[in-house]
Amino acid sequence: MTEEIKDTQWPLWEVFIQSNPGLPYKHAGSVHGSDKEIAMQNARDTYTRRNEGTSIWIVPSNAIVASNPSDSDMFFEPSNDKIYRHPTFYVMPEGALNI
Amino acid sequence: MDTQQQILQYILRLGDNALISGHRLGEWCSNAPILEEDLALTNFALDYIGRAENLYQYASKLENKGHNEDFFAYRRSERDFQNHLLVELPNNNFADTMARLWFFSLYEYYFYTELCNSHDETLAAIAQKAIKEIKYHLKHTKEWVLRLGDGTSESHYKMQKAINDYWMYTGELFEMDTFDHEMLNLGIGINPQNIYSLWLKDVRDTLNEAQLQIPEDNYMQTGGKKGIHTEFLGFILADMQYLQRAYPDAQW
Repeated sequence: MTEEIKDTQWPLWEVFIQSNPGLPYKHAGSVHGSDKEIAMQNARDTYTRRNEGTSIWIVPSNAIVASNPSDSDMFFEPSNDKIYRHPTFYVMPEGALNI
Repeated sequence: MDTQQQILQYILRLGDNALISGHRLGEWCSNAPILEEDLALTNFALDYIGRAENLYQYASKLENKGHNEDFFAYRRSERDFQNHLLVELPNNNFADTMARLWFFSLYEYYFYTELCNSHDETLAAIAQKAIKEIKYHLKHTKEWVLRLGDGTSESHYKMQKAINDYWMYTGELFEMDTFDHEMLNLGIGINPQNIYSLWLKDVRDTLNEAQLQIPEDNYMQTGGKKGIHTEFLGFILADMQYLQRAYPDAQW
């Protein structure tokens, strides 16, 4: 049995930043924080110093459910050969710029 | 001393407080207990140094002798600095720094809130920018006073000691001297005695919530506004001014 490497710091939180109202929140990274208020301030100090955001979400890292790398074959490869799922086979109407 | 000179002195005081506080906090760079707090403290340092820059730029305009902001930061001696003693005291441990900065941020919060209404438009504009930064400094330091005060027995002991140790430096914040009276009469400055009761009430409430005792008022230190400092300011200036003193007008 391998010895578990324990994080000796505070609990870990994942940080999501919204750069402008209406846009999706993007994962920015993680911070340590003893509780949610401190984690929120740490997220603000770590990831929004250069005007990156207008809103922050933080989530305890252990609340994130991640897909298992060993499932990658069945999860992601079946879509490799289904390029028709991309909307690239349609003729663009004349004058429509942003479809 | 004419009015212009008096305003200049008033602006320099504010600038000196910002610069020295910023320099002290900058000393935490790479030394904070965790990375995130390292960033927070150096962010605060930059907030302060940015504010000092704005105030010194305004001072150089008022002085009108062709000096730039670096002159005020790097070419003045200990007796010329008029910052409060509180901001020049050493960082010591994390609880000490948080207690010191909390006392000062709470004072600045009320001070700069009133300064936003100054009849001096430049000063009011600087205050309006600063108050947003100060609000965050206050929020962050208050959270730490609460957590360390109401934390483990060791953190409680250290925070209580910090509160007790810095208490004698808080009286000076609310002193009123000739400049303050002049600036108040002109509608440019504020009356620090008016904000004392607001400050004290918040201090009581937070210490109470943090399970900490409010120290008794005994002897209060004074002197900063007259340029009479603790031994620590000289060391800060030696550190901060060395390069500009050794190589005047050195550029990056």
